Amino acid sequence: MAAAEGSGAGGSLFPGLADVSISQDIPVEGEITVPVGSHSPDEDYSTLDEPVKDTIMRDLKAVGKKFVHVMYPRKSSALLRDWDLWGPLVLCVSLALMLQGGSADSKDDGGPQFAEVFVIIWFGAVVITLNSKLLGGTISFFQSLCVLGYCVMPLTVAMLVCRLVLLAGAGTVSFIIRLIVVGAMFAWSTLASTAFLADSQPPNRKALVVYPIFLFYFVISWMILTFTPQ
Amino acid sequence: MAAAGGGRSGAPAAEWGGFEDNMQGGGSAVIDMENMDDTSGSSFEDMGEMHQRMKEEEEEEAEGEAGAGEEEEDGEFLGMKGLRGQLGRQVADQMWQVGKRQASRAFSLYANIDILRPYFDVEPVQVRARLLESMIPVKMINFPQKIAGELYGPLMLVFTLVAILLHGMKTSDTIIREGTLMGTAIGTCFGYWLGVSSFMYFLAYLCNAQITMVQMLSLLGYGLFGHCITLFVTYNIHFHSLFYIFWLVVGGLSTLRMVAVLVSRTVGHTQRLILCGTLAALHMLFLLYLHFAYHKVVEAQIGEAISSPAGTVNQDMDVHILLLSLLLFS
Repeated sequence: MAAAEGSGAGGSLFPGLADVSISQDIPVEGEITVPVGSHSPDEDYSTLDEPVKDTIMRDLKAVGKKFVHVMYPRKSSALLRDWDLWGPLVLCVSLALMLQGGSADSKDDGGPQFAEVFVIIWFGAVVITLNSKLLGGTISFFQSLCVLGYCVMPLTVAMLVCRLVLLAGAGTVSFIIRLIVVGAMFAWSTLASTAFLADSQPPNRKALVVYPIFLFYFVISWMILTFTPQ
Repeated sequence: MAAAGGGRSGAPAAEWGGFEDNMQGGGSAVIDMENMDDTSGSSFEDMGEMHQRMKEEEEEEAEGEAGAGEEEEDGEFLGMKGLRGQLGRQVADQMWQVGKRQASRAFSLYANIDILRPYFDVEPVQVRARLLESMIPVKMINFPQKIAGELYGPLMLVFTLVAILLHGMKTSDTIIREGTLMGTAIGTCFGYWLGVSSFMYFLAYLCNAQITMVQMLSLLGYGLFGHCITLFVTYNIHFHSLFYIFWLVVGGLSTLRMVAVLVSRTVGHTQRLILCGTLAALHMLFLLYLHFAYHKVVEAQIGEAISSPAGTVNQDMDVHILLLSLLLFS
């Protein structure tokens, strides 16, 4: 107190700052808040240290959740926010494998090969993404790839159904069944991807973005429909 | 001497100290370039500059020491004493060069996409209007017609043509020996669009026509709309005469439009003739090529009626040649 009075008397030159000087007798108290950023190295180490099973299960759950989102397309941002390319890779590889056996034995190269299907899907997805970005879309490159890849799932299901139908026979009836199934799945794919992607565009340009997506899934559906095992 | 050497090897550590902090810090991969003096582009000049700076600092510090001559010697040729500092400097300099190269490469990649952005600035109504206009020849060829420099429509038309070509190849069981169906279709369509556009742009440059590369790409791309319609119809309905009617009417209309636009932008009769003749020939022949090469239709009835003696190998080619010659020479 005496020190405070002393500093108060001595600080008459600067009246506003009289109480700023702290004497050595007064202990400094208070709270120091630690910024959150310093926790990040600990968090990284904690996910590195967890068992592999946990990591795999977490990733599988994320992929499964996205599949469910594609099956029932609602306007949710979960698909967009945490993008991953595992699902598209699995779907692309399985579709290419199923389309492989078209003309594996014959000399004529009439059916699509594995590499062809793979390249079509990824090259097509990249072109559509670039197109939507150039048209002024707000979605990022990998988010768009993720959505387009996941929406190939109905067509993969259609391919599976077509193969099963073709096991039974390859007549007009089977062609009509295949046509209906592939047509329905194509519409589902296009609608699902449009529901996710069209929101990121300016409203009057939605048609410009939807058309390439339509063409992309049309080509894939066409490859599925014209597949005939030798 | 030891003090001077130590001082000099300590100085580069202090100089690059900020750099090292960044590398070990919170996982940031960006090299902080604020610490570096970016006044010159060559590392040798930077080294020379730093040498100069350190020499000046040491001269200020060691004013009382009798080592001015030795310091200058050390500064001029780097002996063993300065090796550690020099090595550290070189390694740090190399890392800076790599980082700068990577950053500039990434920037140029992003900038390339942005270059194309103004050519995709269209509305759906504009695209529809331009598609319909591409079939209507203009009448006014006395002053230059406006060509929209837009790449969205042409690009979509090329992809649509690829899809239609695939459809045609599949339904006719075309056999591609070298390469794949998709590769052939994409190669043909893009090759035509880009190749013929470049060739026509070169000819336009020779003939003094007022047209830019983007406008040429756009013009030719929209001209493919006629091709798309023709092939879409004739790949599904197999009548030879129908194809020829479509070839003449639809192909002819789109050719006339392109020719009229080019004529309006060229001066001189010879130049106009060269440009427009080449464009018309290439455009119409491409449609013929697409129909013949990728759509083999075995029509036994017409072949029997004409009774070609060459056998069954090129039956419908003979039919087509016959009809074409009838048309041309009648």
